[in-house]
Amino acid sequence: MTLTLREALLSFRRAPLLSALSVTTIAFAIFVVGLFALVVLNLNRALREVEERVEVVAYVMRGTPVEVVTVAMGDLQRFPEVASVTHITEDEALARAQKELVEFQGVFDDLVANPLPASLEVRLRPGFRDGEHVQDVAERLRGFRFVDDVRYGRDWIARLDRIRDLAAVGVLVIGGAFAAAAVVIIGTTIRMAVLQRGREIAIMRLVGATDGFIRRPFLLEGSLKGALGGIGALGLVYGAHFTFNELLLRAEFFSPPQGAMFLVLGTALGFAASLAAVSRHLKTVGST
Amino acid sequence: MIRFKNVFKAYPKGVLALKDLTFHVGKGEFSFLTGHSGAGKSTVLKLIYAEEPATSGSVQVSGYHLGTLPAREVPKLRRRLGIVFQDFRLLEDRTAEENVAFALEVTGARRNVIQPKVTRVLAQVGLAVKAGAYPRELSGGEQQRVAIARALVNDPFVLLADEPTGNLDERATRGVFQLLRDINANGTAVLMATHDLDLVRGTAYRTIELQEGGLVYDSAVDEQPGKRAAP
Repeated sequence: MTLTLREALLSFRRAPLLSALSVTTIAFAIFVVGLFALVVLNLNRALREVEERVEVVAYVMRGTPVEVVTVAMGDLQRFPEVASVTHITEDEALARAQKELVEFQGVFDDLVANPLPASLEVRLRPGFRDGEHVQDVAERLRGFRFVDDVRYGRDWIARLDRIRDLAAVGVLVIGGAFAAAAVVIIGTTIRMAVLQRGREIAIMRLVGATDGFIRRPFLLEGSLKGALGGIGALGLVYGAHFTFNELLLRAEFFSPPQGAMFLVLGTALGFAASLAAVSRHLKTVGST
Repeated sequence: MIRFKNVFKAYPKGVLALKDLTFHVGKGEFSFLTGHSGAGKSTVLKLIYAEEPATSGSVQVSGYHLGTLPAREVPKLRRRLGIVFQDFRLLEDRTAEENVAFALEVTGARRNVIQPKVTRVLAQVGLAVKAGAYPRELSGGEQQRVAIARALVNDPFVLLADEPTGNLDERATRGVFQLLRDINANGTAVLMATHDLDLVRGTAYRTIELQEGGLVYDSAVDEQPGKRAAP
């Protein structure tokens, strides 16, 4: 193990330029993936915030006894989709309207009777805020005799569904393409490093080194380069995020475990690319 | 110890490098492998250190049947051989000492075993004082001595030398050749491929001569020098 580590570290000293090129390439490859991941993270957060506002409002007929509404609320809360049910009385509805619609203050002052109905505001659990579930809950609400009408912004939720679907496809396609490009770029740079040491590999074989022995320093070297590239990529993404925050608007950054994924991803990519490159090289020059 | 029996070696484009080659090299023997360029000398050596397989026939090296030798056993075979080339094949970024130690490190030898052995073989080849020198700081003859030290450090039963003096001037050639003779005198067999006939003629060592991949002369078989075996 000491020899493997020594050989891996020596490779940085022997070919500093190529090593720096490998680390930089890995850093930029992961940076692009990371930047995209950051966009997705913030898009998801924005979608979550919008989704949290998804609610179904059931308007209650005038004269419905409070006891009936209370029993219905108990039933509603047992729906698996339902997170909370709030009863807004007629007076509360008026008070809220007066507070939120100050420009109509004159109209409210002239009122002789409260025209606003009582309502039940139903909020849904995460995972049930898509059009299908919302419509399903709305249909069940319509089934209550005291419910006059149900509103939930059908078009708005359908649009939200489309954005969510687009984001998911985008994550898969663009993220996958970036990740694949990163693997190819990293694989090429590591292969350059392996080819540069082709003579050394040939000599190692001549003196009786096994393929496993030859591979080990390369794998460690690739993993180290990958890890350094991952850290570099995290720094670059942080820099981009910091600049964006300063110049445009506040965006969320990765949590520490998510940040650690850069290190893990870099190491894994470096390891996999080295394994592929050195194995291919050993196969090309003849296996022992 | 090394036994070729009816060995043929053909390369993909149909070039026949070895034709029905049969010979035997005994324990502790010094043999020259001679012939013009392209006669098949290097191919014979490559077959011995399992760099390439024979197309047909059998090659045995110290009990290893190379035709059926699993790939994982090849490194074990090579650790029992010493191999020296015309172009030295040293690692340029390592000192003489590190180049020699490298051959032991790949076998997993411990550090406390490596150092005394390296010191001993470097002294044996007359380079103890240049242990810390890099190849670029050494002359051709000295670089070849480092390569020989590397080949010797695992105590091989045979030293395979492929034109070891091909890149050296006359004085260095004599020095390296004398070193190979000393190594042989200590019990290690030497199989030296060369086209330097002056070197061959000046000694009574066995000569195996190849021509277009076939054996044309073997001094061990053809008792009188000058008598040629049938091609």
